[in-house]
Amino acid sequence: MALTVQIRKRYGDFMLDVDFSAGNGEALALLGASGSGKSTALRCIAGICCPDRGRIELDGEILFDSRRGIDLPPQRRRIGYLFQQYALFPHMTVEQNIAVCLDRRQRAQAGELMVLLRLEGTEKLLPRQLSGGQQQRVALARILASRPRAILLDEPLSALDVCLRRQLEQELRDVLARFGGPAVWVSHDLGEVCRSCRRVCVLEDGRSSPAVGTRELIEAPGTAGAARISGCRNLVGACPGAEPGLVRVPEWGVTLRAAGVWREGASLLGIRAERVRPAEEGAENAFPCRVRQVVEDVSAIELALVPEGAEEGSAVLWMEAGRSVLAGTEGGERIWVSLPSEDILLLRE
Amino acid sequence: MDWYPLVNSLRVAAISTGAVFLLGIFAAYYIAKAPRLVKGLLDVVLTLPLVLPPTVVGYLLLLALGPRRPLGSWILEHFGVRLTMQWWSAILATVAVTFPLMYRTARGAFESFDETLAQAGRTLGLSNAYIFWRIRMPVCRQGILAGTVLSFARALGEYGATSMVAGYTPGRTAAISTTVYQLWRTGQDGLALRWVLVNLAISAAVLLAVNLLERKEAGKWR
Repeated sequence: MALTVQIRKRYGDFMLDVDFSAGNGEALALLGASGSGKSTALRCIAGICCPDRGRIELDGEILFDSRRGIDLPPQRRRIGYLFQQYALFPHMTVEQNIAVCLDRRQRAQAGELMVLLRLEGTEKLLPRQLSGGQQQRVALARILASRPRAILLDEPLSALDVCLRRQLEQELRDVLARFGGPAVWVSHDLGEVCRSCRRVCVLEDGRSSPAVGTRELIEAPGTAGAARISGCRNLVGACPGAEPGLVRVPEWGVTLRAAGVWREGASLLGIRAERVRPAEEGAENAFPCRVRQVVEDVSAIELALVPEGAEEGSAVLWMEAGRSVLAGTEGGERIWVSLPSEDILLLRE
Repeated sequence: MDWYPLVNSLRVAAISTGAVFLLGIFAAYYIAKAPRLVKGLLDVVLTLPLVLPPTVVGYLLLLALGPRRPLGSWILEHFGVRLTMQWWSAILATVAVTFPLMYRTARGAFESFDETLAQAGRTLGLSNAYIFWRIRMPVCRQGILAGTVLSFARALGEYGATSMVAGYTPGRTAAISTTVYQLWRTGQDGLALRWVLVNLAISAAVLLAVNLLERKEAGKWR
């Protein structure tokens, strides 16, 4: 693997403990809620902050090794870092920003990068005169000019208007594909990760779990935290049913058949809102619910459902489906839904 | 009219501003990064001259530099130089008095500096010296410029510590501030008024220059 990271750092009560690697040409996603330590992990890799223990290796070169006392300064690591707010130098023009680490003979490269990133015509402008998207392209061009061996992206799209995000996301993918080295893409948005990265490493309270395929994270997250960050909205306490293959959800007063095996330590049942289906009475894993609320999304409709056998104050069951499927559903209505057994996730807390 | 006090005041203010510029920035940069306890302690010590009466600062300086005091006598003995009652003794006094002005404004500017800019510079392979002089200083230039000008204006107006450390010797250590006092004391009110007007003109010019500079800066990139 081209970039291997294995570090620990303590901040008071918070413990950062990450362990992952990214290959050449791979964009590995680091997915986690805010405050989960994603940015700190990137800062450690770039050398801006120093881990307490561990090792960081890039292309066979050791950048950091607490046991051998190695800690290369950021200048010698050659790792490009795309900051959330881009960190463009406000007193320098676009051209000066991009060429800041080039010597006189290399200045021509700045021009090439400006063409590559569609920045022609902005040479003499100051960063504050650019749009958010252009600022990001300048930051990228500046990183590419420094000939990095790896690229770190810290929530690269969070500072942008929603309508610009998809376009810049595509541009980022193009740039990374052309770059060819390892990249780490920090995000809290599963959609962005799904579209841009093949593998993902989930960070929860500073702790990383082993990287898995993005599809795998969505289909079979092991823990409740991973399920939550992968966009699974229904998580409810569960216990094994009377016979193998059955799971009881006391809060909802239902017993369901699950395709997965109940493993030691599991305590929650999860199901993605879009996997909950309208069903006929008597179908497998079907039960009646009261519609508490109808929420209209852009292209889908979400229902907050209260199972009929539910205890007072229990978690609602979220269901999401296309407008054509749920159009006309109204609050207070009684409908039957089923949770397909192969879509039921049995999770550890 | 003997113009010596004007020349002397300007050169003392200019030299001490140069010294305070470097000292203040150096102190501000390192103290802004220091642990909280050290920072709090140094802050008090370094800001004291701003709130102490200048005569107290002058007294403390004499306590260290006077010809019969430890430092002063040592230098007199080894270099044959008397630290007090020279025209340049006033520089020591004005540096002590104006240092807090420069230090505090520079520290304020450094503390509001977006540290990710420096971090970005480091990941791009820029040297720490480049980051300091070409990124941190230009980005903080408003605060630093303001501190420099204030220090200069204050140095020009310094009286208390200067009069104690450099005294008033016409043609040797006389500055505008000490000259005005001396002329007034000896009943030469008319001449004193002339120096007052000179001082007013210089101070007004300095402040006007600052305002013009600021207006020009404001339109630039902030």
